[in-house]
Amino acid sequence: MKPAWLVLRDGRTFRGRSLGAVGEASGEVIFNTAMQGYQEILTDPSYRGQIVAMTYPMIGNYGVNEEDVESRRPWVNGFIVKEASPVASNFRSCASLDAYLTRHGIVGIQDIDTRALTRHLRDRGAQDGLISSIATEPAPLLARARALPGLVGRDLVAEVTADAPYTWSEGGWELSRGYVAPPPPRFRVVAYDCGIKFNILRQLSTIGCDVTVMPASTTAADVLGAKPDGVFISNGPGDPEGVPYLIESVRGLLGRVPIFGICLGHQILGLAAGGRTYKLPFGHHGANHPVKDVATGKVSITAQNHGFAVDPASVSAHGWEPTHLNLNDGTCEGLRHREWPVFSVQYHPEASPGPHDANDLFHRFADLMSQKGG
Amino acid sequence: MNSNPATIMTDPELANRTYIEPLTPEFVAKIIERERPQALLPTLGGQTGLNVAVALAEAGTLDRFGVELIGAKLEAIRKAEDRALFKQAMERIGLALPRSGHARSLDEARTIVATVGYPAIIRPSFTLGGTGGSIAYNPDELESAVRWGLQMSPVGTVLVEESVIGWKEFELEVMRDLADNVVIICSIENVDPMGVHTGDSVTVAPAQTLTDKEYQLMRDAAIAIIREIGVETGGSNIQFAVNPADGRLVVIEMNPRVSRSSALASKATGFPIAKIAAKLAVGYTLDEIRNDITRETPASFEPAIDYCVVKFPRWAFEKFPEADRTLTTQMKSVGEVMAIGRTFKEALQKSIRSLEEDRWALTLGRPLADDELRRLLSVPTPDRIFAIGDAYRAGFTTEQIRSLTHIDPWFLENIREVVEFEPQIVAAATDPEVLRRAKQLGFADRRIADLTGATEMAVRARRLAHGIRATFKTVDTCAAEFVAHTPYLYSTYEEEDEAPPTARPKVVILGSGPNRIGQGVEFDYCCVHAAFALRDLGVEAIMVNCNPETVSTDYDTSDRLYFEPLTLEDVLNIVERERPLGVVVQFGGQTPLKLAVPLRDAGVPILGTSPDAIDRAEDRQRFNALIAELGLHQAAGATARSLDEARVIAVKIGYPVLVRPSYVLGGRAMRIVHDDQDLGEFMHEAVQVSPEHPVLIDKFLDDAIEIDVDAVADGTRVLVGGVMEHIEKAGIHSGDAACALPPYSLGEDEVQALRGQTRALAQALGVIGLINVQFAIRNDTIYVLEVNPRASRTVPFVSKAIGLPLAKIAMRVALGETLEAWLRWDGRDLPHIAVKESVFPFVKFPGVDTVLGPEMKSTGEVMGLDHDFRKAYLKSQVASGLLMPTLGKIFVSVRPRDQRAVAPLARRLIDLGFTIVATPGTARILGRYGMSVETIHKVAEGYRPNVIDLMKRREIALVINTPADGRARKDSTIIRSTAVAQDIPHYTTLDGAQAAIGAIETLLKGEPLVQSLQEYHADLR
Repeated sequence: MKPAWLVLRDGRTFRGRSLGAVGEASGEVIFNTAMQGYQEILTDPSYRGQIVAMTYPMIGNYGVNEEDVESRRPWVNGFIVKEASPVASNFRSCASLDAYLTRHGIVGIQDIDTRALTRHLRDRGAQDGLISSIATEPAPLLARARALPGLVGRDLVAEVTADAPYTWSEGGWELSRGYVAPPPPRFRVVAYDCGIKFNILRQLSTIGCDVTVMPASTTAADVLGAKPDGVFISNGPGDPEGVPYLIESVRGLLGRVPIFGICLGHQILGLAAGGRTYKLPFGHHGANHPVKDVATGKVSITAQNHGFAVDPASVSAHGWEPTHLNLNDGTCEGLRHREWPVFSVQYHPEASPGPHDANDLFHRFADLMSQKGG
Repeated sequence: MNSNPATIMTDPELANRTYIEPLTPEFVAKIIERERPQALLPTLGGQTGLNVAVALAEAGTLDRFGVELIGAKLEAIRKAEDRALFKQAMERIGLALPRSGHARSLDEARTIVATVGYPAIIRPSFTLGGTGGSIAYNPDELESAVRWGLQMSPVGTVLVEESVIGWKEFELEVMRDLADNVVIICSIENVDPMGVHTGDSVTVAPAQTLTDKEYQLMRDAAIAIIREIGVETGGSNIQFAVNPADGRLVVIEMNPRVSRSSALASKATGFPIAKIAAKLAVGYTLDEIRNDITRETPASFEPAIDYCVVKFPRWAFEKFPEADRTLTTQMKSVGEVMAIGRTFKEALQKSIRSLEEDRWALTLGRPLADDELRRLLSVPTPDRIFAIGDAYRAGFTTEQIRSLTHIDPWFLENIREVVEFEPQIVAAATDPEVLRRAKQLGFADRRIADLTGATEMAVRARRLAHGIRATFKTVDTCAAEFVAHTPYLYSTYEEEDEAPPTARPKVVILGSGPNRIGQGVEFDYCCVHAAFALRDLGVEAIMVNCNPETVSTDYDTSDRLYFEPLTLEDVLNIVERERPLGVVVQFGGQTPLKLAVPLRDAGVPILGTSPDAIDRAEDRQRFNALIAELGLHQAAGATARSLDEARVIAVKIGYPVLVRPSYVLGGRAMRIVHDDQDLGEFMHEAVQVSPEHPVLIDKFLDDAIEIDVDAVADGTRVLVGGVMEHIEKAGIHSGDAACALPPYSLGEDEVQALRGQTRALAQALGVIGLINVQFAIRNDTIYVLEVNPRASRTVPFVSKAIGLPLAKIAMRVALGETLEAWLRWDGRDLPHIAVKESVFPFVKFPGVDTVLGPEMKSTGEVMGLDHDFRKAYLKSQVASGLLMPTLGKIFVSVRPRDQRAVAPLARRLIDLGFTIVATPGTARILGRYGMSVETIHKVAEGYRPNVIDLMKRREIALVINTPADGRARKDSTIIRSTAVAQDIPHYTTLDGAQAAIGAIETLLKGEPLVQSLQEYHADLR
């Protein structure tokens, strides 16, 4: 197998072997601590612009399959593992990880000390980097890594959002049946696609939503024109400040319709409310983050994937209050408006991959829409 | 509350009050009455603790004293443990179990099998470690399996269940708090699929072959189960099976308590399940408890692992050659090792060399024909994993091996990668890239040496010259997301070494490796005390061990923990990096002792007793010279290099003789031989005598009293800790014999003489640290049997009996302190008496003879503590699980030479109101003494009912059966194994029987009182 290099902006260099497509990839290098669910991670549009390093060392054990996808293709800019399993062992598997990455043109690197990389990113912060399986030496790569643009202020949503509105009609997954048909719809919902994960749409269908997915550039007027019972603002890649048009649209919806936001959607709501967001040193990417519901004291183990966070103090003057806290670092994990039917969470109640602990948030959204409908 | 003296748990410093009393409802009730606790925590002491708690709750004892069950309420325990209630509970939450039904009789079992089909699994209700469980493939097997299971179940019911043999097996470790927060600490996947008890399976953490969707289904199920069963707080273990063909998930069982798997999960993740469980039980919530390792994050999270953990069981079949080595749903292993690597391949290979079975690769190391390989693959035994390697070498495909073993192809393919790399090592042994890759795949230097015809040290030198050295990584619960503050380390071959040594003075303590017969937690106790002593002295304590069941591998026992195999290679990797003041080898039993000389030769300082002194005690000739020099006595004996030579020696010194190979220590393949024919047979079967492998022939000291002495020496001064008198006469391994401290029959002059000889031996050897001497007294002569200049199995027992921490003192002495300050305790009088009794695993091996001999067979021990011998002995018997009778029939059958001596014992029993039942020979003798006894047929006579029938009908309350010498003993084997199966107290020596009768006399006067260890010790001051 071909040798490959990973070079970080600060000069830290790893030599490994090529994984997936041969070529070069650049992006912000981050680590994810989830131990399963690599196919869902690869296909999560929120990773656009990023090279994902898996801290779990053996990846690809159960191969890839047709079902475990969160969008129509993998979106990561690059992929880093310690050991990619050559054998794919699972009754649903239809290809190996390496073959899947190759087919989708994803450049990866394996056989590097991913724990050393993780410790480096933890101590120095997530940063731009470059994988190359065509370079013969790393030195020239460093200059190019230093010239990379970073994530801050960039509009990565535009790269992953839908071109045109579409409707969704698939329900949740069951072991023996795959994705099942959802129950008859009770609510009409518009979902802003900033890079929406399929499982959010499946969960919305399951609670009885007739979902129309709209591009991130859709205006408030167009959304309201569809007469929705509720609006959903999705997860997505990059810096929320990079999508001012969406912030503007959402501001036009506040107070006029029930709104639920997840991840980037939560940050967009924070900015639309007049607050500020900031970049975390290395973000939260994993499936084991404890989040406390401030009202009930209950702790949920949550899937997370974000590099930015909302400063809760910046929105409190505007009628908002924090509802959830991350117990690891005290960051804000949820907001709601004291009067309007609007709430959001920074983490991923749709899981996939990750625990289902917070799934009841979708029902909370249904409840909001029911109350509004009387 | 625990009757086990060998554990750290029963150290007086660990709790405010420590009761070393039998774990029976009666004794626990007395303690409750005395202490009046508010609550009882039953979920941390395994099945034993849970069963006692259930009994106390059901008897109303807890209500009477206002004691609350915390952790799990009675109803939750019942729902989890009673298969019928559990099944109903699973149905309520929509989870599937294998199809099954409960049977109270064979007929009921047959009806159920009509629906579940063969093979069927038979599980007795309420037993520990799957005891009594089995698989039935046909009606004949069903009959024996159900009969056995009904006997084993304390409530007389078995579950007959659909077989999910061959399905993938998983376990989840679940924590819950009183606020109903639930987290999964660890997932474990068994390499051996369903059909092999998880305790006998090679297991891996975390799960390797589940997609996130499948894993989350399992996680949701686990959370629903702990809520439905109602376990309020703390660790529970839930087992699942998954059909590899379609992912169908069934629930196998739930332990509403922490288990062996919880200990493994704790070591595998760094999340201390039991410690947190205790806090949750008293009302803390997970988010209120700090994660010790990260210090900043709470315990309400799910550990993220960035390595692979492999657990490998350790069996003891070499001790039970008659036992069936097939692995089934009844656990047969006696210990386990855990290994950590960055990949499964690396961890698996590390686990193999951790076993200390002289295995260095995935091979059985002998030529195997294809059909033998197929058999080895299809029948699970301890050999199977190794046979997989050989099968790949023989050209088997993964699909062939999968169809024979049902092991997931992912595991098989990883083994294939390892095996297929071996030719590259052979071809390019000097290529640094090959060498580096080999180390990353987990190959031991020793294996590389074997493959390339080099020595281990040459391979080591070559790789170090290429800069290929072990790097160390931290087990931190969080995959490096947060900074770790506890140096819990494992080795791998990667780029970054993340825990450089400190500048402090430090000492490396070598642990005792996997639990096995002859080396259990006693040695771990000593290692832990050594670490505590170092902390007291301000010296950094560095622990090396690979046993997840120990306290030494808790991350907070020592300053630094290396979870590593105890091989020369792995220890040198640590020592060369840490540069300690020295290494201590005297606390961990044989494991570190074997490393003493190679480590010294590699230039490593050994603290305490020198390797030369160890050699002097172990080398036969040097030892003889020492005994002669001191003017002491030892049994006549000599070394034989052929069978003829052995015969000549035996005749010269006179039968009976004790025969053992010189190259094996610890009583393995040792036997008392009574005549020429016996000698020929034993030497033919068990030991291959040759000039390279001589055999030791010693005069066996028949009817001698055996004594163990434990002491500490500083080179000149000697502190004798305890003189222990064995209850059974010589011939029984000291690890199996019951013993009393202080001696109960020896005179003061004899005790003084034993102390004097111990002192002389310790001084002559220059012992610095612990020493154990075994003596025998026969006809007023003291013989020295064995000197062990290291910690012995009895150190914790003695320390607790006399109130002095011998191992701690030994550690201080090994670092240069003198014994001056401790000498005032030498020869201290004890106002109480302590009895140690052994606990045996016979129940796991149906049909195996339970007669004790020079080969050790026990796996544990209990301590009985009281103010007179009979009470202490009674407690030891009750604690070891026996129900001492106060009325009923007692069966007596003794060998001819015991017939006279048994008469007074029988008389005492009759006087106490028992009826004696005897075989015709024994009955005739007793009749001659004027006793009227019932006569019963011998089994061999063929008449019914025979004694076995009576035992099975539970008409016999106690058995006294001394085996005939040599070949005649086979006849009584069935009596003894039936006694084990029926839980009937049985004694195979008259000494034991005599002590038991004393205990019964005591019991008839009322059960003894309870007292805490702290109170016993206070009386010593």
